[in-house]
Amino acid sequence: MTTLTINGQTHEVDAPDNMPLLWAIRDLVGFTGTKYGCGRGLCGACTVHLDGQATRSCITPLSAVGDREITTIEAIADDPTGASVQQAWRELDVVQCGYCQSGQIMSATALLQGNPAPDDSAIDGAMSGNICRCATYVRIRAAIHQAAASLGQEVS
Amino acid sequence: MHVLKQQAQSRAAAALSTVNVSRRGFMKGSAGLALGLYMAPLLGSKGSARADGDNGEFAPNAFVRVTPDGEVVVIAKHIEMGQGTYTGLATLVAEELDADWQRVRVEGAPADTQRYQNLMFGIQGTGGSTSIANSFEQMRKAGATARAMLVAAAAERLDVPADSLSVSHSKVVHEGSGRELDFGELAEAAADLPVPDEVTLKSPEQFTLIGKQHLMRQDSPAKTDGSARFTQDIQLDGMLIAVPAHPPRFGSRLASVDDAEALKVPGVVASVRFPSPTRGGDLVAVLASNTWAAIQGRDALTLEWDDSDAFTMGSEALEADYRERAGKPGETVTDRGDAASALEAADQVIEADYVVPYLAHAAMEPLNCVVELGDDRCTIHNGEQWQTMDQQQVAQLLGLSPEKVIIHQLYAGGSFGRRANPISDYVLEAVAIAKAARDQGNDAPVKMAWTREDDTRGGHYRPFNYHRARLALDADGNLTAWHQRLVGQSIMTGTPMESMMVKDGIDPTSVEGAADLAYAVPALNVELHTPKDIGVPVQWWRSVGHTHTAFSTESLIDEAAVAAGQDPYQYRRERLGENPRWRGVLDLAAEKAGWSTPLESSAEGVKRGRGIAVHQSFSSYVAQVAEVSVDGDGKLKVDRVVCAVDCGVAVNPDMIRAQMEGGIGFALAAALHSELTLEDGQVKQSNFHDFQVLRLNEMPEIEVHIVPSAEAPTGVGEPGVPPLAPAVTNAIHAATGQRIRRLPIGNQLKA
Repeated sequence: MTTLTINGQTHEVDAPDNMPLLWAIRDLVGFTGTKYGCGRGLCGACTVHLDGQATRSCITPLSAVGDREITTIEAIADDPTGASVQQAWRELDVVQCGYCQSGQIMSATALLQGNPAPDDSAIDGAMSGNICRCATYVRIRAAIHQAAASLGQEVS
Repeated sequence: MHVLKQQAQSRAAAALSTVNVSRRGFMKGSAGLALGLYMAPLLGSKGSARADGDNGEFAPNAFVRVTPDGEVVVIAKHIEMGQGTYTGLATLVAEELDADWQRVRVEGAPADTQRYQNLMFGIQGTGGSTSIANSFEQMRKAGATARAMLVAAAAERLDVPADSLSVSHSKVVHEGSGRELDFGELAEAAADLPVPDEVTLKSPEQFTLIGKQHLMRQDSPAKTDGSARFTQDIQLDGMLIAVPAHPPRFGSRLASVDDAEALKVPGVVASVRFPSPTRGGDLVAVLASNTWAAIQGRDALTLEWDDSDAFTMGSEALEADYRERAGKPGETVTDRGDAASALEAADQVIEADYVVPYLAHAAMEPLNCVVELGDDRCTIHNGEQWQTMDQQQVAQLLGLSPEKVIIHQLYAGGSFGRRANPISDYVLEAVAIAKAARDQGNDAPVKMAWTREDDTRGGHYRPFNYHRARLALDADGNLTAWHQRLVGQSIMTGTPMESMMVKDGIDPTSVEGAADLAYAVPALNVELHTPKDIGVPVQWWRSVGHTHTAFSTESLIDEAAVAAGQDPYQYRRERLGENPRWRGVLDLAAEKAGWSTPLESSAEGVKRGRGIAVHQSFSSYVAQVAEVSVDGDGKLKVDRVVCAVDCGVAVNPDMIRAQMEGGIGFALAAALHSELTLEDGQVKQSNFHDFQVLRLNEMPEIEVHIVPSAEAPTGVGEPGVPPLAPAVTNAIHAATGQRIRRLPIGNQLKA
């Protein structure tokens, strides 16, 4: 049995140590907002936070999680930065198919938590690992700027 | 029945290509057909306006319900796969209903040809950028009918004439007394009133939602908090996850199976051998209690394949074969004027070959499908783009009548055409696995899940295409002849649509956008070779034939302008005199891009250029101006794209902008990077490291301008794609003098 702390609650999962965290979160615990896109850390659809760090859960085995706190999209609104990112996403209607957007929001939130006023090059650096096949990138960039502004930390 | 089915299929196929005449005919003819065409499917099954559950809901037709607490539920007959249809359809209903947008919710319709057919297809399905076009009047009538009945109920309740009442934000208001009733208070009473035969629709100046700048998407909240349900997210009691093993080559046959190691994987329940409904021969799938175990189990299978009937060509041999075909006359598609003589007499002749690769759709959600088999029925949970065709195919496979196949609609994590498979490949595979599992004693719901690798290598690609062109110019640079020969597999051949679509060896989706060249040229000669001995399954891919014809034709017209020493924008413009909507978007894009002003220089050693392209597809017109930079090392950056679109009445302008932005990004991926190649018949690419798509750091700035129009609305899901590649490669030529005639651009600028 492995104990996972997800969104502030502990869950016991019966799974081999090499099972990627993604599948434990989705299939064993049942939080399905975190998505499978590539299984190789190439697309970012599976992004969650481990102790606040954006992490690709599809290539993170359970054995590597340890006692770190896992945050998924389902709880991102509990964080003020996450809430403002989510709000900006809605105001700008970023989403299209939506499948990658949980991962996008998790990456954007981690970016803003570490850098409250990212410029375009910082956004490129933090967000280019998250593929959006609908190519909503223009709005992703705009929404990150808007979230930063709404947090009172607009780029000067 | 068979004839009806064929007609339906042909209409489906026709609408997937650009049969503009029939579409216009439909739009014009629709008013007179209103009662027959609209009211029959609008009536509920019991001929009353009570919802099926008798729960106090008002359901005047198949497309709208009003709950006792005043929520307006719009039933969407089309899939929401990102293109914004749920919002678009709801806008049409809410407009005529004068509903409060905040209290409108959308549900996906079940599969049902009679009630939910695409009026341009005759079946229920989404494609060809037809959703809003075919629903524009139908959904508005659905809303107007509901409104009329709610008003009638209010008139009765308040004992006032109906014409003294107005409706706004889901409330019926009596102006004289100031009394008002919410839709929720009227729902039950309205449900007992007769459904009116005729309703009056608003005139455009009365619109309060259609054409407004920004109506929030219906699906934004659920897609930003993780609650949106995709097929991948379905969890049913006792459900098993199935991951199939596909053959290494198209046409390989399973020779032997050793599942001993697979069955040792913790969580694996069984392996099942099943007859593949679309690939020929048997396949094997591993079933497990979770997805990871199923993938591990599948990967642990030891399989031997018989390749004696497999397709074993490599990409280089394929291209050489196509090049050879391009040197020989093909089937005549368009033969206008005397191209041969004009070429003979030409002052200049441009000869060029254009080549584009196989492409996977590569939607973010790899293909999957959930199947629950019952004794006399089959329930499917799917992001379903091809509802009643899949329903029929599944029914046939299981020996059920179609109404015993129930399809629950979910969001699709992208599709770009792939989930409307013409032979229902992935849906039938899921059903075949579930059936084999049940026959083997595992009577459980099955979620079939493909991995990214399975999805990339699963076939049904945008076809590889080879175009050869010869253009004749006279001494003044005028185009006197355009001869173009296309070589590419047919999408429709081998599908149920073939007999009605493919005429005299010509699949119209192979040549759309080239056969009907818009530029005035005295001699137009278009020929087609359709190789039938290529074993790679092909399929429509966002904008279908236009994906390659726009690239070649819009590059060739640019080559002609350059050869004539003329401005590429003006050169196009002068040849579009008979096509005002083409000209309209061309002019708008050029103006907004500042075509006539020089492009600002940037860093030293960086060459910059501007390119233009215009194309019509799916009855919409799009022009784009791309600005690029190429540095001394040949590194390309697309800096900015200015896009003009004419899609008739702009129902949701922000959604149109979003589709142009997304279409540009999707097309830029294919222009820059994406390519599937074969080695001995095996697809070399497998995942996003080698089948590269666009990432955020490569996304240009985009400006979208919408041509104001009162024409019937046409699609926007696909038409943003075709002009992008030629706009970019024309810009590269303007910057560097290098003409790109092969996609992807890849490292051609570094050579």
